[in-house]
Amino acid sequence: MAWLELSQITKSFPGVLAVDDVSISVERGECLALMGENGAGKSTLIKILAGAIQPDRGEILIEGQHVQFTDPMAAQQSGIGVVYQEFNLIPDLTIRDNLFLGRDLTNRVGWLRQKEETNLAREVLEKVGLSGISLDTVCRRLNVAQQQLVEIARAFVADAKLIVMDEPTAALTNRETERLFSLVDELKTQGIAVIYISHRLEEIERVADRVAVLRDGTLVAEDNIADMNRAALIEHMVGRKMNSEFPEREDSELGKVALETINLTRGRKVREVSFSLHAGEILGLTGLVGAGRTESARLIFGADHPDSGTIELHGESIRFSSPRQAIRKGICLLTEDRKQQGLILEHSILDNFGLPNLGDFSKGPFLDVRREAVAFDQLADKIGVRESARQQIAGTLSGGNQQKVVLAKWLQRNADVLIFDEPTRGIDVGAKFEIYKLINDLAAQGKAILFISSELPETLGMCDRILVMREGEIAGEINDPKSASQVDIMKLAVHDPTLSNR
Amino acid sequence: MKRFLLFLSDYGMLVVLLVLCAVFSILTLEKQNATGADGAASLAVQINAEFEKDDPIFIAAGTSPDDAAFVDKLEEALAESGFTNVKSAAGSPPKVKTALRELENEPRGIAMSPSTSGWKIWGDLPNVRRLSPSEGFWPVFLNQQNLLSIASQISVIAIMAIGMTLVIITAGIDLSVGSLLAFTSVATAWCIEYLGAENAGVSGMIVGSLLGIFAGGLWGLFSGGMITAFRLPPFIVTLSVMLMASGLAYVWSNGTSIHDLPESYIWLGRGFVFGIPTSLILMIVLYIAAHLMMSRTALGRYIYAVGGNPEAARLSGVPVRRVLIVVYTLCGLLAGLAGVVTTSKLEAGSPTFGDLKELMVIAAVVVGGTSIAGGSGRIFGTLIGAFIISVIQTGLNLMGVTQYWQTFVLGAVILIAVLLDRMKHHLLNPNRLS
Repeated sequence: MAWLELSQITKSFPGVLAVDDVSISVERGECLALMGENGAGKSTLIKILAGAIQPDRGEILIEGQHVQFTDPMAAQQSGIGVVYQEFNLIPDLTIRDNLFLGRDLTNRVGWLRQKEETNLAREVLEKVGLSGISLDTVCRRLNVAQQQLVEIARAFVADAKLIVMDEPTAALTNRETERLFSLVDELKTQGIAVIYISHRLEEIERVADRVAVLRDGTLVAEDNIADMNRAALIEHMVGRKMNSEFPEREDSELGKVALETINLTRGRKVREVSFSLHAGEILGLTGLVGAGRTESARLIFGADHPDSGTIELHGESIRFSSPRQAIRKGICLLTEDRKQQGLILEHSILDNFGLPNLGDFSKGPFLDVRREAVAFDQLADKIGVRESARQQIAGTLSGGNQQKVVLAKWLQRNADVLIFDEPTRGIDVGAKFEIYKLINDLAAQGKAILFISSELPETLGMCDRILVMREGEIAGEINDPKSASQVDIMKLAVHDPTLSNR
Repeated sequence: MKRFLLFLSDYGMLVVLLVLCAVFSILTLEKQNATGADGAASLAVQINAEFEKDDPIFIAAGTSPDDAAFVDKLEEALAESGFTNVKSAAGSPPKVKTALRELENEPRGIAMSPSTSGWKIWGDLPNVRRLSPSEGFWPVFLNQQNLLSIASQISVIAIMAIGMTLVIITAGIDLSVGSLLAFTSVATAWCIEYLGAENAGVSGMIVGSLLGIFAGGLWGLFSGGMITAFRLPPFIVTLSVMLMASGLAYVWSNGTSIHDLPESYIWLGRGFVFGIPTSLILMIVLYIAAHLMMSRTALGRYIYAVGGNPEAARLSGVPVRRVLIVVYTLCGLLAGLAGVVTTSKLEAGSPTFGDLKELMVIAAVVVGGTSIAGGSGRIFGTLIGAFIISVIQTGLNLMGVTQYWQTFVLGAVILIAVLLDRMKHHLLNPNRLS
């Protein structure tokens, strides 16, 4: 009998069916790989397992017994340990304190039974291969791999029978990764079940016994790893439903190179990124989450500073110390995170609209508020926002209308280079179409557009050319999106050299 | 309804202020006699009507200047209307009684100034008609004297509160303003002393004051610089500056106050222009300027934006660091100006002047409706907040509430103001996402 069984789990959020009727199971000593594109429903499923959210329907069975997790503590007590991508360690506490946080061993009057804690801590650290380090080391001092091991050790303190690892190798070096794999093997021989989430095919082949693939919230494939080849896996992952149409676009001549990056590098996130973007072109930039797309855009926009590499704007080498300078030179960035970075939610639409444009509306030391309102009205017409909404608070708008306000604010700049980072995320179909049309219009006017998106159909439908990033590098380029498929992109995004040979 | 709520949301505290004024007016409503010359004039009319021209009349008064004016005016008025037998006495009750006994013939009428009408010496004169000026009801709270005292008390706190409003709108805090006030008062007094002490000329006083304000600005610049360059929390930086500036003020002045200032230096703090206190005019001008800056200039918009969401502001091209530095510098300059006004008002510079002022200033800003979370707030709201605090203090003073209870009430008022603000937000945006 499987140790854990999820049966017909369904969970929806307003407007999205995140997990739809998913049933999977894991046995003791087995490693199940969970795969899927961005937004396929993996995170939701993990949160349900961890007790962070409750499913709308469906059952969780542990050793055949029905269980219900009302909070994360309940899940831990049932033997489920989750190691998130973002660690949950408290950086200023010692290893010992982190291990026992929330489940301290105490005697009847509340004193810590330190000696027992120390013994247990030594034991679990040895299990994960982190012996030889002082228990009083502050976690901030540990490197990423060590912190991850402490997280896994924490699961052992809670006596976990199942450990969930969410993209555990994302920040590890090759050697650390190899050590993690042997730890997973070790766990399996101890009879611990592992759910392993990753995009990387070679890793999954290395550690997993079985693989389950999610797409659009449903389970599309589940099989032994030995019976599944890589091409089939990719086929399963992509092929999300096309739920958008794309406006017609006239073929137009490309202009001169507007923006060029040469060997742009920052840390591990952006590595030697080189590309050129022409006037009148929509250049797609895609890849899996964390591939370095947003990070590259921020370098171009002056929001972060590159370690090395150059950026050329209209053939002239530039180096921005702040977004303010980039904006002055005619570059705009529509950020991926609308609520945190694109808008000031408590302020009015008009205030948000005016923010980057106040220089244009100044008359002597004062602002010409009338001119600002008139400029907004003209754009409002074009992008389909009601003029009467000017004083409305941005936070009260729907996602689509919020995005239109951000668009209006940048359109007013009349910039030459526009970077759109996930411009249609969280927006309904109708508003999406309008935004596509606007972007096409901008390209027709000779603007150079960098179109960053995780949605493959959208990328294929909108772009003249597509760059695919993987782990901070440009993995490949698709020159003719019209005749390319989602599989072509996904191959590059999860690329490994052997793929074409199998 | 919605519009009314919106109005309340902007200036709801104005309503609170008016209610407070009304309450204190009612609570301090007292029988008030027309005193001095006014009382004498009304009494003269009454005497004219009731007595013959040759009736002996005695005027009794106490020792206050008001009473002296009463006697003068009444004697003058009665002489004008033709009374021939008028005697008067002013002084303590025994003295007046003696004067009364020594009169040749018992008077037909005694005109009493309001302060003497309660004296016990009148009891043994049953046949004499006694008159005093007619009585009316008027709240002590609304006396010119009291209103002027509120206005002059408020100016120092209110001027500092402008700078604090800007800082709090950026989601920061400046704990150093009280110390900066003390520091600049010492600096200014020291400079003027150096430039001639009591004999310093107008230019000396101006230079001293400007140097003081400048010193305040430098401290603000220092705070802003530390906060932006090293990303230190404003609370910590300004706490340090508070201690450093206060310490230096004590060192500089040897812990004593500097008194050798020219007589004329009080013009700014205690003087009048067209009958209005100079410091009040200065305060009003500054509030208008600050309001224009916040509502009509790019800098104002940037300040709100930085407080609302610094990252979104930066990515929209707002020079976030520069804005923060400017804001803390302005706050320092205004604290410096408040220091100069205080020096002028008290005719001295002392390292003790700023004690706890920063808390009063923060209270004024918060009561005025500026959110500690940043991003929102109104300049005139702060002015209303400052008035509310001052009105409560003077109102309680008039009612004879002790200082200890006043402190308690002030604390409670701040809490209530913030609670009201919370409720208002709920009322206006019942389904806000955040």
